[in-house]
Formats: sequence, structure tokens, C-alpha cells
Amino acid sequence: MSALHIKKGSTKHSAYNLRPNFSDVQETHTLAVLVENEPGVLARVIGLFSGRGYNIDSLTVAEVDHQGHRSRITIVTTGTPQVIEQIKAQLGRIVPVHEVHDLTVEGASVERELALLKVTSGGDKRVEALRLADIFRANVVDSTLESFIFQITGSPEKIDAFADLMRPLGLVELARTGVAAMARGQEAL
Amino acid sequence: MTRQMTGAKMVVQALKDQGVDVVFGYPGGAVLPIYDEIFQQNDIRHILVRHEQGAVHAAEGYARSTGKPGVVLVTSGPGATNAVTGITDALMDSIPLVVLTGQVPTFLIGTDGFQEADTVGITRPCTKHNWLVKDTARLSATIHEAFHVASSGRPGPVLVDIPKDVQFASAEYQPRPRSAPSYYQPQVKGDMQQIELLVEAIEYAERPVFYTGGGVINSGPAASQLLRELVEATGFPITSTLMGLGAYPASGKNWLGMLGMHGLYEANLAMHGCDLMINVGARFDDRITGRVDAFSPRSRKAHIDVDPSSINKVIKTDIPIVGDVGHVLEDVLNLWKSRGRKVNREGLAKWWASISEWRKTDCLAFKPSPQTIKPQHALTRLEALTKSYDRYICTEVGQHQMWAAQYLGFEDPNRWMTSGGLGTMGYGFPASIGAQVAHPDSLVINVAGEASWLMNMQEMGTAVQYRLPVKQFILNNERLGMVRQWQQLLHGERYSHSWSEALPDFVKLAEAFGAKGIQCKDPADLDDAIMEMIEYDGPVIFDCLVEKHENCFPMIPSGEPHNKMLLGKSGTDETIGAKGAILV
Repeated sequence: MSALHIKKGSTKHSAYNLRPNFSDVQETHTLAVLVENEPGVLARVIGLFSGRGYNIDSLTVAEVDHQGHRSRITIVTTGTPQVIEQIKAQLGRIVPVHEVHDLTVEGASVERELALLKVTSGGDKRVEALRLADIFRANVVDSTLESFIFQITGSPEKIDAFADLMRPLGLVELARTGVAAMARGQEAL
Repeated sequence: MTRQMTGAKMVVQALKDQGVDVVFGYPGGAVLPIYDEIFQQNDIRHILVRHEQGAVHAAEGYARSTGKPGVVLVTSGPGATNAVTGITDALMDSIPLVVLTGQVPTFLIGTDGFQEADTVGITRPCTKHNWLVKDTARLSATIHEAFHVASSGRPGPVLVDIPKDVQFASAEYQPRPRSAPSYYQPQVKGDMQQIELLVEAIEYAERPVFYTGGGVINSGPAASQLLRELVEATGFPITSTLMGLGAYPASGKNWLGMLGMHGLYEANLAMHGCDLMINVGARFDDRITGRVDAFSPRSRKAHIDVDPSSINKVIKTDIPIVGDVGHVLEDVLNLWKSRGRKVNREGLAKWWASISEWRKTDCLAFKPSPQTIKPQHALTRLEALTKSYDRYICTEVGQHQMWAAQYLGFEDPNRWMTSGGLGTMGYGFPASIGAQVAHPDSLVINVAGEASWLMNMQEMGTAVQYRLPVKQFILNNERLGMVRQWQQLLHGERYSHSWSEALPDFVKLAEAFGAKGIQCKDPADLDDAIMEMIEYDGPVIFDCLVEKHENCFPMIPSGEPHNKMLLGKSGTDETIGAKGAILV
């Protein structure tokens, strides 16, 4: 429906952004949702997902404009194209939701996540953990004689790969922030 | 002009500024300051109901019959939780309501205080939006916002939760803003390129049908007028959902009757066989579509809806138009006229010939009995004797509701109040009170079943107290008729708990409340009894004893498409497969 020249991602027109058919293929999409930072807004978004049976793979939220009372929620979700369109339309219906952008559809975007990993080990394993951390450009943010806490940023896949490598080297605890994402290029949401 | 006042006074002032003339409510500890302000003024009338659910349904009846938002005032805790069913009902049927609830004082919130409930948490999924106001300075602006959100875009219920200390504290009153707040401005104009596609489709369609819904009524009287003009000018057949009855007159020549599970044969076959379906303000509810993968298989579908999430939710749409029905129909009509008012006359003539054939089935035909009153007969007589009146009809939920939709004719919008989406038994009686409050001199009839009616029978007190001459026309079969019908068709005639062995004497019940009771069981007495009901100046309970085992037909069995309708005459056993039985 690109012939309509409607700016993609604008919530009001999401009904026009449909891909051609109702396919059964599951797709993973990253949505950027700009909301009024008021009490209960996160509960409204989460309640929508649980109430209508949609998936949340990852969700992050923080205030991004203190003066303008704006928060940005980044949601990674999986569903058929029809379900993804429904999710966007339903999000757009929530009164304090200002904009819904489907970063997966709107062009290239970058996705980053931060993780903290606690690795306890000694001897060769400790040295190997440090060496791998260097390769992955993870930083040591805390250290004892028996442990490290590594901080790593990157795509969720990179963090998965790093955590998989750390597991046999003594990974005992993992904390992840969930995905923050942004469209490439000079245009702003 | 700036004015300092208490939060309680602000509530009353904001309601006045919003043009509210009546509030349905029930007092309690957490709203006493607001009730104190209501006591000290005469502009806003307060109707004291007997249960908070009744207040919300009454406000729905008021809203549906006037087009204005209904206002409810209840207390915290149980007051708010009792209102939840009504609020959910309004959300499902897109009825604009502003519900004001009291709350424990802010310093007690979270301490499990007396009559404390997390009202905004509980009502978050069943309101269009809700607010907890913690600062009196924000209170009046929030109430003005609440009215804007409730009545713009797709209408719905909103709730403002007001702690008691916020009602007592003073702040500056913010008057009603001249323009709507910028952050909530739903799109009302449709996309012209899509409208052009629709007009083109209208010009070429061989077998078109208009499928209209509650959105036409919600859009206002102008939308119904435009719809009528478009239907007459194109000569297309038109059917409507339960919620949309009255947008196009039942006496109109293009009217096919209601569609859906208990819709008319010709309406459902037209939906199944059409090549262009124009959905105007309806939402492809499962009562309408039947089996989704066999729904109207050969048609292009246009869908006009103010809510983008309704489009492509259930049925894939070829021509989606996001916008208010009134605005879009005006653009469609203008464009179609300017392009020369073309339609495919040859195709249309053949299409009408098929429809005439289907009409010969006469799917609503029934055989009156000389001994017992058939419910269809009771409604046919009610229609004949009341249609010349300035009339508003409410219903409860069940067989009687479907029969009312089938056998009563609606000539105008806002004349028909029924619980469509949520299917709330107990809706009709309080809704009739709300409609009567709005239209004191009109004839307001609630077509009820005895089981539904008993769910909110306490509102007789309200009807009598305010001298509201509502007519409760109860089709009494001593059964939960629709449940019994499904048990007969689906569950091997095992009638599990679908009848009552202890029904009240409705005539005595009416008299106990100080109203009039009429019982009728002989078809020969029916007309006189109905006339007695109409002519009595006051509330009446009409106990119409009807045939106990009548089933409601036509019926699309669960899990079947439109062309697999059951008509009353054929055998109905074993017709619903195991897959269909799972569906409600």
C-alpha cells in the first residue's frame, strides 16, 4: 500500500500498512512506543499484551524527556503479520500513547542491550574468561580474587553468544536490560 | 475569571459546564462531599438507583437514547466494583460514559483502608481510559478531559477516581477548554484515495450489500441520514447488526433485516453471496461472521471504522477506511454523485431477483396457537399496537432479545437499547429507566425474559420513586430460554439448571413496589392487556406467560458459515458438530 504515500508507522494510518496477506509465518518485530509518562501507562501496555494474548520477548521503558513527560517503551514481540498489525493498532488506541513505530518495517535500525554477568572461577578458567571478555569487548566492572562481573553491550545475539561461552567458565548470575532500539539515519521519531 | 473552590464543588461545576443534566448514582462514605454539593444546587438532577450496576446501565440507556455521554457517581470499594459489569458492557458496545468514583483519602491509599479498592487498576482493562486524581488543582481539567475522551473517536466509558481529601481540598477551577486537547484527536476524515476505490467498487458491483453497525448510530443522526441517502440513491440492499438497528428504517424498501446468528435468511445469504460488502461502522463480531474462513468467500470488502484496530482484526479488508462514519459517508456520497451516480443496473436487478427468492422463505413465519401465547406472536402484537407511538425499546439478553430484534421495526436511530457485545442479563430494566429519564413523555418498553429481568429487579424502587412509567414486557417461559435452546441442540437435551422453580408472582411483586402488574396467558386477551399496559400512567410489570419450549430461529449453528442456517421447520438435532460446540 505504499502508493498511498502515508508516512509509515504513524499510528493513525496503521490499517493501511498491511502486508499483502494473512500469513501464518511468525515474525519478530521491534516496536518503539512513545508514551505520556503518567502513572499506570506501563500497566496499560502490559495489560494489553496479557489481556489479548500477545507475546512480549523483551520490554524496556524509561523516561526520555523529563520536561515533556515522555517515556519510550521498546517492545520486542513475535506474531503473525496480522497479529503484529493488531498489536500496533491496539497500542495506538491507548490514550496516553503518542506514537507507535515498527522499527522492523520502517527500515534499518540498531538494537542494543546491556548485560551484567557474574563469573566465579579460578586458575585457567579465570584467565580464559578474561581473554574472551576482551574479544567481546566486555568490561570488568567488579572483581574479587574468585569472581568477575562483566559488563557487555551489543545485540541480543552477541550477548547470547557471550553468555553461552561463559557458562562452562563459571557463569553464576546474569542480568539483562532488554533491547533499546533506534532507526538508522538522520530522521528522528 | 479564576475561581477557588473545593474539589467536590469542582465536580458539580465541571458537570454543569459539560451540559450534564442528570447523574445516576448511589452515595457512600467516599463521595459524601460531592453528594453534599449536589444537595445544594438544582441544575443537575440525581437519580438514586438501587444498585451501582443499575446506575451504569441506566446511564447507558440515557446515552444510547440521547447521543450524550451518561454520567455515573458511585462510592469507593464495592460501589466501584459493582459498576464494573456496566462499564465493561459500555466498552464492548462503545457507549460514552463518565463514571466518577470516590476513593479513600490519598494518605490511606495502599493501606487496605475501609472500602478501599484499586479502582483504576480494576477498571483499566474495561475503560477507554481512567484517571486517579491526587491533586485538587488537576481535578476540573481531568473531568473535562474525561468527557472529551469518552465522546470522541470510538466512544466508550471513562472513569475518574477521586480520593475524599481531594474532594475537600480547595484549588482554582479550570473552565472547560474551548478546543480539544491535542494529545487525543482521533482521525475523522477518511483517506480520499481509499474512498475513491470504494466509489469505483460501488459503480461496478453486481451483488453489493451494505452491512452497517452501531458505529452509524454513534456517529450521530447526520450519519444515519447520509446512509439513508446513499442506500436510496444506489438502490443497494442493506442489512445491519443488532447494534445498528434503526440507522436505516425497517420500513425502507432496501431493508433486508438483521444479519448474524439469529439474523434473517435473506440478510445472511446476501452477505454470503455478495461481491461487494460495504461494512459501515460494524466490527465483524463472531455473532456476525459465523465460521471465519467461509465468511462471504467471493466478496471484496470495504470497512469504514473510526477505530483502526477494528480493521483487519478478524476479516481481511480490501478497502480499509479509517474515519468517522458521518464524514466518510459524506465524502463517498459527494464523490459518487460527482462521478455521475453510476451503478451496475443490470447486475443489481439480478441480485434483487435472488434476494426476492430468498425472501419467499419467510424465515420469521410462525404458527400462532389458540391456547398459548407464542413469544413471536406477543412481539408481533406489541409491534402492531405500539409502533405509532414515540417509542424506545430496551431488552435484556437471550431469546426475547433476538425475537425483539426480529419482530420489532425500528424507524430511527437511538430508539433501540440492547446489550450486544457483552450480552449482560439485567441490562434492559435499568437501561429503560435511563431512557425514560431522558424522554419522560415517550413510551419506553423493556422487552425482557423473566430470568434476565430478575437480575436487576431492585430498580423497581427507582422507577416508582421517580414516577418513571417504564413498561416491563416480560416474556415469561419459566426457563433460561437461550440456555435451554443450546442444551437442546448441543447437549443431548440435558437441561442442566436452566429453569427456575421459584419464580415470584410478578403481579404481586409489582404491587409490593407500588407499581401495576398485569398477567396475560390467553392469546385472546393479549391485545387488551397490552393496551392496558400502554395506557397506564406509571411503571408496569407485564407478565406475559408464553410457550415454554419455543426456539429462536433462524439460527446459524456455531462453527458454520452463513449459508448453513437452520430454519425452524427442519430438524435441529445433531446439527452442531463437536468443533462448533466449543464456541459460545
